[in-house]
Amino acid sequence: MSSTADVLVAPVPDPGVRTVLLPKWRTALARAREERSGTPLKLLLLALVAAGFWTAVFTVAYRVLLYARSAPEIGSFLPQKMLGVILLAFASILLLSNLVTALSTFFLAKDLDMLIAAPIDWLRLYLAKLGETVAHSSWMVALLAVPIFSAYGIVYDGGPWFWLVALGAFVPFLLLPGVIGAVITLVLVNVFPARRTRDLLSLVAIGAMAIVVVTLRVLQPERLARPEGFRNLVDFLGALQSPTSPFLPTEWTADIIMNWLNRVADPLPIVLLWSTAGAFVVLGALAHKRLYRNGFTKAQEGAEQYVRGKHWPRVASRLLGRLPVAKREFIVKDVLLFFRDTTQWSQLILLAVLLLVYIFNIRALPLFTGERVSVLLVTMVVFLNLALAGFVLAAIAARFVFPSVSLEGKQLWLLCSSPLDLEALMWSKYWTGTVPLLLLALMITGVTNVLLQASPFMMAVSIGTITLYTLATSALALCFGTLFPQFDTENAAQIPTSFGGLVYMMASSCLLGVVIALEARPVLQFVRANQAGVPLEIDFGMALMFGASAVLCLTSTLVALRIGLRRIRELDA
Amino acid sequence: MIRLTNLTKRYGSFTAVDGIDLQVPPGELFGFLGPNGAGKTTTLRMIAGILKPTSGVVEIGGDDLERKPRKAKTRMGFIPDRPFVYDKLTGAEFLRFVAALYGQEGPVIERRMDELLRLFDLAPWKDELTESYSHGMRQKLIISSALIHQPEVIVVDEPMVGLDPKSARLLKDLFKEFTQRGGTILMSTHTLEVAEDMCDRIGIIQGGKIVACGTMTELRHQFAAGDASLEDLFLRLTGGVSALELGHVFDR
Repeated sequence: MSSTADVLVAPVPDPGVRTVLLPKWRTALARAREERSGTPLKLLLLALVAAGFWTAVFTVAYRVLLYARSAPEIGSFLPQKMLGVILLAFASILLLSNLVTALSTFFLAKDLDMLIAAPIDWLRLYLAKLGETVAHSSWMVALLAVPIFSAYGIVYDGGPWFWLVALGAFVPFLLLPGVIGAVITLVLVNVFPARRTRDLLSLVAIGAMAIVVVTLRVLQPERLARPEGFRNLVDFLGALQSPTSPFLPTEWTADIIMNWLNRVADPLPIVLLWSTAGAFVVLGALAHKRLYRNGFTKAQEGAEQYVRGKHWPRVASRLLGRLPVAKREFIVKDVLLFFRDTTQWSQLILLAVLLLVYIFNIRALPLFTGERVSVLLVTMVVFLNLALAGFVLAAIAARFVFPSVSLEGKQLWLLCSSPLDLEALMWSKYWTGTVPLLLLALMITGVTNVLLQASPFMMAVSIGTITLYTLATSALALCFGTLFPQFDTENAAQIPTSFGGLVYMMASSCLLGVVIALEARPVLQFVRANQAGVPLEIDFGMALMFGASAVLCLTSTLVALRIGLRRIRELDA
Repeated sequence: MIRLTNLTKRYGSFTAVDGIDLQVPPGELFGFLGPNGAGKTTTLRMIAGILKPTSGVVEIGGDDLERKPRKAKTRMGFIPDRPFVYDKLTGAEFLRFVAALYGQEGPVIERRMDELLRLFDLAPWKDELTESYSHGMRQKLIISSALIHQPEVIVVDEPMVGLDPKSARLLKDLFKEFTQRGGTILMSTHTLEVAEDMCDRIGIIQGGKIVACGTMTELRHQFAAGDASLEDLFLRLTGGVSALELGHVFDR
């Protein structure tokens, strides 16, 4: 054994940020390797879906940008405003995402006990956890930004250095919401215990998001598309300025990119963005030094005492009385867990706000305010509304249906060792998610079609399509949730933003795209018949297209459920 | 009755469980011992129907788990080593849910639930969310859940972890009573005193294979171990570490 003197002079260990992050990095690599070792067909499918999605985003961004740039009078600065608005939307998503993630990474993660017990310098722990939070919250936005920035780079011929400039502008842009999210979480955890904070934070974040959505709605961006509604050009240009502010980092980021693309030498936005990001990191570190220890201690306390919805099981049992006991209790359990977990039910608030805004937007469309508009235009809007409603439903399924298998995670031992048939489990999960989704789908489509004064033909097409698509997208959500389970997550709200969630959204969007493309021809036939003033004839071609669309949705539903069931049987609980 | 025939589990090229043959008759408490990573938990999870064997047969009460999974599982109660339960259910709601998974409900289950919760001192917390339970309380809740549907066979992985001495004693008595009434228990444990004290027969697993199996007397006889304790036998079979090697751990 060594002497006391040896121990005294032994250097104090000083693990760096790299050491702290190494296990996370290795885990990410191992997960990527696992994905790569999947079947070639799965990889090919994944690559195709990803390439299709990127191409679609790029194409839309490229075309819109070409159009905006060539617009008379405003073409010189409209693309910059668009970029500012896109970055503002990104920043809102990032702030929300960082708030949710910071609570997990800084206060609830399983590795924290070990890290805090180890001799790690507080600053390094802060930087490592901040890096983890930012990476975890931002990767999806970063992936979405690539095709959009590509479109800007190509339209403006930004040259090979453009990517470096975009990266230089985007990194501090990503850092800022990370620091802000971490500081807000830190303060909240110091006031409330972490479990309560998780509840509170969900409400705060979703309330904030709702306010952002409503504010954007109140700004009435659709006015920008109708310059004739403004008294003069000055008013119109004034309105263009309204969504952004010169004090917002999103504006500085847009300035850096557009200055490069317009060949303007102005170092001010670069200095502003980087110095602000740097200052925020320093201030965040100081707040961390002062508040983290106390906050972490509080985070270990406070389970929920009050039990919500004790009488629910009796009501639900009566409602579902005809089902076998296992299926019935499974559904009751899922409903109870949903309404007791604030991170889950609070998302309904945001959903309600989004739906109200959606319906308000449809109502605000200038279709029936002035002179009579053509059948073509009304039908096109109804048809596009169908596509948009489909996308909204896919996003809702990603929030509520996709995580359902992941949430069983640690309890899967119980389900697998019980005589409950896993088919019954899938059945319960599928219908618990699908029935509310279907009701919502029918409500959105029905209400908006009534507002749009859709013809009976278009109403029937919309209702039929949305019903079949909802069945399919819900099955896809369950299937991808089973293929990419997140059993180790500490926060249910993070599950939809995982890689699997992204793949699900891409797959669901692709299905929607194909369904819409199949139905476009019959809808056009209807418009032509209407314009010609002749009754619509349902011919073989029309029946074939609608039939193909229905078969595609039903096949997707059955295949997705089968794959999900097969996968859940293979899962190692 | 539990019968395992040539039970094997492979993960790629690694064989975790290598052709185990075992029969545990009614009325017997069988102890499953082995060093970490020997294949105990994998075996138990295959018996519980959580993991699918690469090959081999698991029979519970004469029913093949692969061919008649629901019938076989209805006879069984499984107690895992990690007590994960639904955080947002109360103890009573959790037990009702587990009973429903086994197709049981009604006043009989309510009465049995109250008995079990009282037995394990959980009655005062019956209507509290399980997220406020301690590790030991969760373990007791899971043990209650494995008993609620009155199984014929209990498969249990490390039952004593997290239990206070009173609950540990209660569990021992409960298991003895269960086997005396004709029940079958397969129990994995690292606590050799518990195994020596409770088990009718003991199997030692090493590298996925059963290297020794029998009553304590049979094991001593089999390895010519005289009056050796189970600990000595276990270390002899699985390889112990000498004091000389241990000394190096603390050297600087």
